[in-house]
Amino acid sequence: MTTNKYDNIPVEKFQFAKRVDLHHDSKFDTKPVTYFQGAFKRFCKNKGAVVAAIVIAVLVLFAIIAPFCTPYTPAYYDTVYAAARPKNNLFLETDFWDGCRVKETSYEACLRDYAMGLETGREVIKDYEYTVSADGKVFTYRYDTYYGVGFGKYRVISEEEYADIQRYQNETGRQVLYPTVHIKYRDTVDLRDNTIAQQDKDNANIYYKTKIEHNKTVMVLNSEGDIEPNYWALAEGEKSGLAAPYDSKRIDGDGYTETVKKMDQDGNITEEEVTYYYVYGRKVDGGVEVRAEYYEYYTYLHTQKYQDGISEPYFLFGTTTSGKDIFSCLANGARFSFIFAIVVAIVNLVVGAIWGSISGYFGGKIDLCMERFAEILGSVPTMIVITLLKYHMGSTSHIWVLFISFFATGWIGMAGTTRMQFYRFKNQEYVLAARTLGASDARIMFKHIFPNGLGTLVTRCALVIPSMIYTETNLSYLGIINLEAGNITSVGTLIAAGQQALMVAPYVALFPCVFLVLLMLSFNLFGNGLRDAFNPSLRGSED
Amino acid sequence: MYMFKYVTKRLGLMLFTFLIIIVMCFVLIKLLPIQVNVGPGQDKYIAYKQLEGRGWITNIQEGENGIYTYDRVPIFIQLGTYVNRIITKGDFGVATTYGEYIGKPVWDVFVRKLPPTILINIYSTLIGVPIGLGLGILAALKKNKWQDQVINIFIILLISVPSIVLGLGIQYFLCFKLGWFPLTMVRGDDYFTWEMFRSMLPAVFSLCLGSIAGYARYTRAELSEVLTGEFMLLARTKGLTKGQAIYRHAMRNSMVVIFPSILSEFIGVLSGSMIIERMFAIPGVGGLYLNAINFQDYDFFMLLSAFYTLIGLAAGIVIDISYGFIDPRIRMGAK
Repeated sequence: MTTNKYDNIPVEKFQFAKRVDLHHDSKFDTKPVTYFQGAFKRFCKNKGAVVAAIVIAVLVLFAIIAPFCTPYTPAYYDTVYAAARPKNNLFLETDFWDGCRVKETSYEACLRDYAMGLETGREVIKDYEYTVSADGKVFTYRYDTYYGVGFGKYRVISEEEYADIQRYQNETGRQVLYPTVHIKYRDTVDLRDNTIAQQDKDNANIYYKTKIEHNKTVMVLNSEGDIEPNYWALAEGEKSGLAAPYDSKRIDGDGYTETVKKMDQDGNITEEEVTYYYVYGRKVDGGVEVRAEYYEYYTYLHTQKYQDGISEPYFLFGTTTSGKDIFSCLANGARFSFIFAIVVAIVNLVVGAIWGSISGYFGGKIDLCMERFAEILGSVPTMIVITLLKYHMGSTSHIWVLFISFFATGWIGMAGTTRMQFYRFKNQEYVLAARTLGASDARIMFKHIFPNGLGTLVTRCALVIPSMIYTETNLSYLGIINLEAGNITSVGTLIAAGQQALMVAPYVALFPCVFLVLLMLSFNLFGNGLRDAFNPSLRGSED
Repeated sequence: MYMFKYVTKRLGLMLFTFLIIIVMCFVLIKLLPIQVNVGPGQDKYIAYKQLEGRGWITNIQEGENGIYTYDRVPIFIQLGTYVNRIITKGDFGVATTYGEYIGKPVWDVFVRKLPPTILINIYSTLIGVPIGLGLGILAALKKNKWQDQVINIFIILLISVPSIVLGLGIQYFLCFKLGWFPLTMVRGDDYFTWEMFRSMLPAVFSLCLGSIAGYARYTRAELSEVLTGEFMLLARTKGLTKGQAIYRHAMRNSMVVIFPSILSEFIGVLSGSMIIERMFAIPGVGGLYLNAINFQDYDFFMLLSAFYTLIGLAAGIVIDISYGFIDPRIRMGAK
C-alpha cells in the first residue's frame, strides 16, 4: 500500500498552478519529415537500389550524350567496313578491344596479308606475330580488321577526283594512291577461263608477281624469298596513252634507276642510267582506274568530299555485318527507347489514374462497368493488338503503331493500381472529414486520396519502363515492328542483326545485350527499392 | 455448391470476354482490303471465286483491264457464316495467302504445328519445376545463410536477364562454341527420337531458366512464411523430426499457393515462346503466327488470335479456381 506515503503533506506545500506553466503540447525539436523525404531516406539505405539507380543514371546519360560524341549516325553504313571489330585507342597495346580478330588460315593467305602490310606499312598482322600449328599448315595471328580491308578492287574514279586526291596527298602527306599493276599482267590471268583468276584480275591487293597453280593465284617469290612487286613503271620521258599523269607523293622505291644497255646508230653499246617512275592511274572509259588503299581513301572521302565529321574509320563497338556503326545505333536506339518509354508511361499514368480514380472512388455500378471494360481490353494479347494496328495503319510510321498499342493495354494496369489505392483510402476518417467540410468529389479524389497513392503509382511507373523497352525489343526482334524504316534504330533491331551474325561476329549482339541486361537488372532492383521505400509495410513480401 | 456456382460464373465471364474479343478481331479484320495471292500464270478469277464460295464476297465482275470488282457481304452475315461453319463442320477456314499452305484448312496446319510448341513447354516444365522448387526450398530452409544469398542473386539475375539474351547466350556458348547441341531444331515430324530431343534442348533451357527463377522465388517466399507458422512448432513438439515436419506440414501448405502458379505458368508459356521459337527455328505455333501476319492470311490470324486469347484467359482463371480445389479452407465466392 503506497497510498499513505503522501498522507502528511503540509498544506503549505501546495501551490496553485499557473496557466503559463501548463504544457499541453510541446513543439517538436526535430524537423518534420514528409512522406517523400522519408521514402528517400529509406531508399538510400537500400544499397542495391542505390547502385541500380546509379547504373540507370549512367545508361540514361549514355543515351543522352553518346549520340553527340560520335560523328556516325544510324543512317550511316559502309559495306567495306562491315563486321569491323570493336576498337578502342586506349586498348591498342592489348589483345582485346584493338580492332583485331584471330585469324586461322593457310600459308598463302598469311603471306598475302603480310604482303599487304609490307606495301602500306600497316600492321595487318598485329605486331607481325603469328603462330604455326604443328603440321605447319595453319597460321594463327591477330588480323586487323581495319587495315585488313586493304585495297579491295580496282576503283574507277573521275579525273577531277584523281586530281583532287593528288592535291589532298600533297597537302597532308598521306598516301592514298598506290602504283598500279600493268593491265597486261592482269590480263594474262584473265585469258585462262578461271573464275578465281577472273576475280583476281580486279583484286587490287595483288601488286606482286603471281602465277596460277591449282586454279588459284599464287604469289611468286624471287630467288631470295622476297616478295617481288609487279608495278607498272615507265622510264623518264616515256609516254603512254594509258597512264594517267601523276604528280604527287610517291611510295618508297619509286623513281629507281636502272642501267640500260643501248645501241646507238653506229652499233656501239652504251650504258645509260634510266630513271623509272611508277604509274598510279590507268585511263579508262569514264575516268581513271586506281589502286586506292581503302583506309586512306575512306578518310579522304569523309574529310574532303562528304565533310561529315568522320576522320578515320574508328568504331568503338565495331560495325554490323551490313556496315552500320554499333555505337551510334545503340546510343540512338537507347535514346529512342528511353524517350518513348517515358512518354508512354506518362500518358498511361495520366489516363490510368483518372480512370482508376473514378472507378475506385464511386464504386458500385460505375466501377463494375469500367472494370469489365478494362478487363476485356486487357485480355487481348498485345501481339494481336499490334498486328491489327499494323494492318490498319500500314502506311503510317511504326512508332505510332507501337505507341497506340502500348497505350491501348498499358493504362489498364495503372488504372487497376489507382483503383486499389482508392479503395484503401476512400473510407478513412480524413476523407469523411473532408466531405463533412463540404469538399467536392473532385477535390477529395485528387487533393486528398490521390497523393496518398502516388508512391505506389510511381513505383509502378518505374517498373513499366523496362517492360516497355523489353517488349519493344522483342517486337523489333520478331520483325513485327520495323523502326529502321524511319531511320530510327532500336536495341531489338540490333539484337536481331546480331543473331544473324552470331557465328561470325558475336560482338554485334554483345553490346545491345549487355545494355539490355544492365537496364533490366538495374530497373528491377531500383523498382524493388522504390517499392520498399514507399511502402515499408510491403517490404519483402514479393521477394 | 458455392464452388460450382463460382466456377460457372468465372467460366461464363471468360467465355463472354473471349467472344467479345473474337468478334472485335473479326470485324477489324474484315474491314481490311482483301488480299489475293496468286502464283504466276494462275487465274485471279479462281481465287476470287473461292472467296465467294467461302461467303466473303459476291457479285464478281471483270473490269476492262483485268481488274476484278466485287461487292462485300455485310460483316455480320460473314460472321454468321464463319461461326456456322466452325460449329457445324469444324471448319476454321482455308489459307489464302500463306504461300506454303494455300488452299489447306488452317485447322489442320495449326494442329500439325502444335506438337513442337507443346513438347518444348512440357520438357521445360519437367526440368524447371523440380529445380525451381528445389532451389526455393533450399533457400527457405537456409534463410539468410550464404546458400540463400547465392540463390537470391541467381534468382534476381535470371529474372532480369531477358529471354532474348538468355537464348542468344545459350545458342552461342552451348551450341556454337561448345558444340553440344545443333544450332537449330532438326527438321522432321518424328518428335521422339534422341536427335530431335537433343536439338530441342537449347530452346528448352532458354525457356525453363526464366521459370526456374520464378518458381524458386515463389517457393522461397511461401515456404519461409509457412515455416514460421505456429503449427510447425506444434508438429515438432509432438515428436516429428524436422524433415517430417517440413515435408508433411510445411511443404503441403505452401503447395496450396505454388501449385496453381505452376499450372498457370505452364499455360501462359504455351503462348510466350515466340522469341525462342524464332531463335531456334522451331516449327511451332509462334512461327506460324509470325508468318501468317506477314502474309496477311486472315483465317490463320483469326484462329491463332483465338488460340492466344484463350490461353491468356485460361491462365488467369486457372489460378483462382484451382485454389478452391486444392485447399478446402478456401471457399470462392462464399458470402
